[in-house]
Amino acid sequence: MAIIEAKRLTYTYPIGEKPAFRDVNLEIKKGEFVIITGPSGCGKTTLCRCFNGLIPHFYGGRLEGEITVCGLNVREHPTYEIAQHVGMVFQNPENQLFALSVEKDVAFGLENLGVPREEIRKRVDWALKITGTYELRNRAPYELSGGQQQRVAIASVLAMNPEVIVLDEPTSFLDPIGAEQIFDVINSLNKDLGITIILVEHRLDLISKYASRVIVMQNGQIVLDGNPREVLVSEEARLIGVGIPKATLLYKILKLRGISLNGPPLSSDEACRSIMEVMSR
Amino acid sequence: MPIDNGSDEQMIVMDDVYFTYPNGVEALMGVNLKIEDGEFVAIMGQNGAGKTTLVKHINGLLKPTKGRVLIDGVETTKVSVATLARKVGLVFQNPDHQLFSETVEEEISFALKNFGYDEKTIKKRVDWALNLLDLNEYRKVSPFMLSGGERKRVALASVLAWDPKIVILDEPTIGQDYRQKERLRQFIVQLNRQGKTVIIVTHDVEFVAECNPTIMLMRQGRIIATGEAREILTNETLVNQASVALPEITKIFKGLEDFGFPRKVIDVYEAADILYERLGGQR
Repeated sequence: MAIIEAKRLTYTYPIGEKPAFRDVNLEIKKGEFVIITGPSGCGKTTLCRCFNGLIPHFYGGRLEGEITVCGLNVREHPTYEIAQHVGMVFQNPENQLFALSVEKDVAFGLENLGVPREEIRKRVDWALKITGTYELRNRAPYELSGGQQQRVAIASVLAMNPEVIVLDEPTSFLDPIGAEQIFDVINSLNKDLGITIILVEHRLDLISKYASRVIVMQNGQIVLDGNPREVLVSEEARLIGVGIPKATLLYKILKLRGISLNGPPLSSDEACRSIMEVMSR
Repeated sequence: MPIDNGSDEQMIVMDDVYFTYPNGVEALMGVNLKIEDGEFVAIMGQNGAGKTTLVKHINGLLKPTKGRVLIDGVETTKVSVATLARKVGLVFQNPDHQLFSETVEEEISFALKNFGYDEKTIKKRVDWALNLLDLNEYRKVSPFMLSGGERKRVALASVLAWDPKIVILDEPTIGQDYRQKERLRQFIVQLNRQGKTVIIVTHDVEFVAECNPTIMLMRQGRIIATGEAREILTNETLVNQASVALPEITKIFKGLEDFGFPRKVIDVYEAADILYERLGGQR
């Protein structure tokens, strides 16, 4: 079942001369883990803003074509309604957190919806535990490290019990260890809870192995869409300037020089295994 | 690592530097370093390790609570930030902390005007910087209309325009796509070849593995290691202590250690050469 469906979708910002993206046809199914990548300015962030109705309701501009998210026509339903189905996590967690304690931040969305107190308690604790931030619940968000803050931002979205979570470069401000923890959390939301994940990302080294699908955008259009292995090993992806994982790149270079490993690897672990296989042949 | 030859003539010297913020946070706790003229250094370490605080001491925005910072043999407490700024250009992590003009062109000419250059020179420098960072088409555009990656390039252009001897880039790769990173890398290497001292603060292990600078690893307000990229980035213990990660290529070779492969590999092309040699005959 399609959880997000776009047909001939074209969008132009109020101040824009040409569309930020045009003629996008896209179907995302429940439970998919989709990475959207492509050069800066290709329209990927703009496209994601349609998934919870920020476009057109907040940004204005001209939206043509059709988009349905969780069965709701985005044009006809306000953002607060769509936001109960689709959670958004942004690049810089500092822009998203504002309360004086982690717990209050995570409870904020539910309080606004008038959810009963006991239910809020339950859902906040659940979201804090899944993201590994339960121990931090009484701390002030601004006292936390960037990685901890981003996990709190994810918890506050998770507490709303969304079917889809959209994350726009959620690890770019984090150190590598913090980034890895975020990717682990995102993966478990997808694999353990069945939440559909849409991740906008340039750095694909650590995350590609978790994805079920990679979409590449360029100049406002979807130009590649498919299985991560096929997309990332393709010559088109390299020419567009996609940040191909080092393990996949190594496979490509060796192949050009006549050495074939078993299938393109998406991570260092996979590369290591397939090199060992060749060694023991 | 710069060698202590007893002279204070090295470009940047930090001598047992401590810094405590007014709220009591101890950000630097005994930093000693020497960076020579023309060196290329990457400062790495976990969020909150003190990296940004450290570079703000180089352009005098912050002065040590204890200890000394010397630039070309002169203590930063004895000169104004404006004087230091001619030598030291710092590009902030978040371009929005830096940009304020109505057009990209005005932004880039601002510092030049303040330094008192004549109009002809200013125009030349602005044109040069716009070209260098591929910003020509945005000359008359407000910086705030641009994407995050473009704003970072404007911030960089406005610093390079006045041609400082030392260029410090705080997290230059954030929000940059693969192409722009590749350009940034070539650009940094070129600046360094032209004799500038380049210091980058970054988490981006893959970027550093490709640039091959001297690395200084920070942890909790101290520098815990200094050395070549190949030595530091392949040392798992150090890398873990600083919340950095091994480069992907190093992880692959770590897994292959039992097969007699070298451990200290960080570059994908070098990795391909090694594997080609070993596996070439086994097809």
